[in-house]
Amino acid sequence: MKINNNAVLSFKGGIHPSGNGKDLTSAKAVQTAPLMERYFVLLGQNAGKAPEPVVNKGDVVKKYQLIAQASGFVSANLHAPTSGTVGGLVTVPGPMGVPAQAIEIVSDNLDEAVEPMESIDWRNSDSKTILDRIARCGLVGMGGASFPTHVKLSPPPDKVIDTLIFNGAECEPYLTADHRLMVEAPRKVLEGAAIVGKILGVENIFIGIEVNKADAITELQTIADGYGVKIVPLQVQYPQGSEKQLIDAITGREVRSGGLPMDAGCVVQNVGTAKAVYDAVVGGIPLIERVVTVTGEVVAEPGNWLLRIGTPVMKVIELAKGVTDDPGKLILGGPMMGFAQKSYDVPVSKNTSGILLLSKADAVNYGSGSCIRCGRCVSACPMHLVPCLLGCAIESERYDLAAQNHVMDCLECGACAYVCPAHRPLIQHLRRAKSEIRRRSQKK
Amino acid sequence: MSEEIKNTESVRLPDAEKLVLSSSPHVSTSDTVRKIMYKVLLALLPAVIAGVWYFGLRALCVIILTTVCCIGAEALWCKLAGKEVKNTILDGSAAVTGVLLALNMPSSVPVYIPVIGAFLAIWLGKQVYGGIGNNPFNPAIVARVGLLIAFPAAMTMWTAPRNFEKSFGYENFVTPQQRIILQKGGKAAETITCATPLGAVKMSDKEEFAQGFYSHPQMLWNCFIGNRGGCIGETCVPALLLGFIVLVAFKLINWKIPVCFVGTVAVFGAVIHTISPALAPMPLFHVLSGGLLLGAIFMATDMVTSPITPLGAIVFGVGCGIVTSVIRFWGNYPEGVSFAILLMNALVPLIDRFCGIRPFGYVKARKEVAK
Repeated sequence: MKINNNAVLSFKGGIHPSGNGKDLTSAKAVQTAPLMERYFVLLGQNAGKAPEPVVNKGDVVKKYQLIAQASGFVSANLHAPTSGTVGGLVTVPGPMGVPAQAIEIVSDNLDEAVEPMESIDWRNSDSKTILDRIARCGLVGMGGASFPTHVKLSPPPDKVIDTLIFNGAECEPYLTADHRLMVEAPRKVLEGAAIVGKILGVENIFIGIEVNKADAITELQTIADGYGVKIVPLQVQYPQGSEKQLIDAITGREVRSGGLPMDAGCVVQNVGTAKAVYDAVVGGIPLIERVVTVTGEVVAEPGNWLLRIGTPVMKVIELAKGVTDDPGKLILGGPMMGFAQKSYDVPVSKNTSGILLLSKADAVNYGSGSCIRCGRCVSACPMHLVPCLLGCAIESERYDLAAQNHVMDCLECGACAYVCPAHRPLIQHLRRAKSEIRRRSQKK
Repeated sequence: MSEEIKNTESVRLPDAEKLVLSSSPHVSTSDTVRKIMYKVLLALLPAVIAGVWYFGLRALCVIILTTVCCIGAEALWCKLAGKEVKNTILDGSAAVTGVLLALNMPSSVPVYIPVIGAFLAIWLGKQVYGGIGNNPFNPAIVARVGLLIAFPAAMTMWTAPRNFEKSFGYENFVTPQQRIILQKGGKAAETITCATPLGAVKMSDKEEFAQGFYSHPQMLWNCFIGNRGGCIGETCVPALLLGFIVLVAFKLINWKIPVCFVGTVAVFGAVIHTISPALAPMPLFHVLSGGLLLGAIFMATDMVTSPITPLGAIVFGVGCGIVTSVIRFWGNYPEGVSFAILLMNALVPLIDRFCGIRPFGYVKARKEVAK
């Protein structure tokens, strides 16, 4: 354990993005969005198999009602974000750049809810009861990977889990959704964390928070003891919130190459997921809304919004009073690992942490210049790879050389591409190599 | 849905047609290769000013001519090869090579030397390999070594610096005839030639060592402030150190390379000096004389031609130091910095390969293989 007396912990490598845009929204309290006329709840919004719709066009649904049933273990339920009629299964622009299927809910403006599930006295319940509730409520990791939470909290019996880490680092520039959540709902986050600890039977529970969120750290530290949770201040350093780097920073353990956090005895969850766990277990409410940062220099009124899953992005931009100039990029998530969009009709999903409108000037223009071997990517790589040499090898299609030099360990965090003074498309190269190497190994 | 949006007045909504689609990351540093090169030029400025101060306007002419020729050579190559000319010139790398090459020449060189040197540097040292980033050897060093071998006389004709005739022990660096002229009150600067301290050491007899001439504090002081014969940019140590600080402050070089380079020469010199004081002056003399600091700070640290890994930088610096010392003590040339860097440049791919970094997550790799 590296924990001692409030030392500010970190990992080796990484970058410090300048002017990280958090000031735009870090002091903006979360506002609850008004009801929309229509919601588009994406089917495939969890890692694993997409759930099966259990409603038909024309059906009348109530808020929290199940509309799609998990198909298999690695899948997650979907619930109606409000009451109204099912408009059918429609095709909308998906967050991954390809059209995706969504269940359309046409609101009746009544927002009538089904009878909530009863609150679970989690301290006196067994893990299975709590896990069932989490699965029923359709929880997925809300940090970005959207892995179904009940799966992540069911490690194989041979794995010894002794540490539970909640990620409140929020290392992506611009995003402040987790920050606001921790400041405004600290007790829910802490109790959610304690519930997850109970499920796993783990007593070492940490919440890692970057020190640029001093108010969140203070807020949580004053009450954390009551929940058996320790608050760990972390250095402001991207990608501090990456699972492997977070585990290294807090416990000093290295997750072996190709391994999972559980191989290092750890489970990592986002603080947003902790709050969702609280809502599901204590409140009996399925996951139908989340905090989203709506931001960017061209947004008229950047802020944090509590949005129902399925809200079209354009409607959110209306809430933020529109734009002051046409943005060059629309990004779901943060600027380092988020996904650029081609349409404002893409709906908010369970893992949408931010809606970022980048001005044309701020969006990077990748060049085709030569590597000058300045070595900045080498010191930036949190996986301690040598991105510049990998990039050159991949440019010459030497995938064998790239594989030998551990390209498969790349997190695609983008730190190397961020610091490159030649603005080489390093991550694009590395991604290409990874998929090519995967394709070749499948062929064999 | 889109119709409703158009009806919303007073709120400006974005136009999806104007969105750019590309993969992450979507932001990047504002730093560019051009900015890096201009910062290197800034770091070279103190050495340029010191060179002009000591060796006069002729030194300035050499610097300008070499730089202009390097830029011209680069432009000509790009034109002939059908490459983009403007951006290649503006990236500043040819200018850096030009200034560095000029600082590595005596101020007395005839006009054709900078011209030939520029083409050697840019064409043979850089563009034949594919231009910026692809050259295995530092272009300025390729040109300097080429010129030294092709024009040994012109490249080792050292003009005396400003106020040379007032400096400590100047008699030891000039011919008897020149000594008489100076003793009669003649001016040294830009008129007479002198030996460099390292050259004089090569020629000197054991008696001079025994007298401790080269270890005399005033001798060392002259070497420190730059009042000695030598290349335009190599003599003034404070100016070079200022450049070093600028480079480190802007994070443009790996400080380990010059520190290991200079440190190795000092340690090597100290060992030889201790074993046999008659063979070598004290190590500080070796550090302050010749082109060691210019080479270690500005040439060995060239990003393109030095190792990229932290351990590699140390190996590279130590290697440069060893080769330099061996040439200085036992070679025919009085100075070995250029040869050392050139030789070590050739080893960089190997050094990078064998001094790799342990990737994250490979702690137990060996055990698992054994299973």
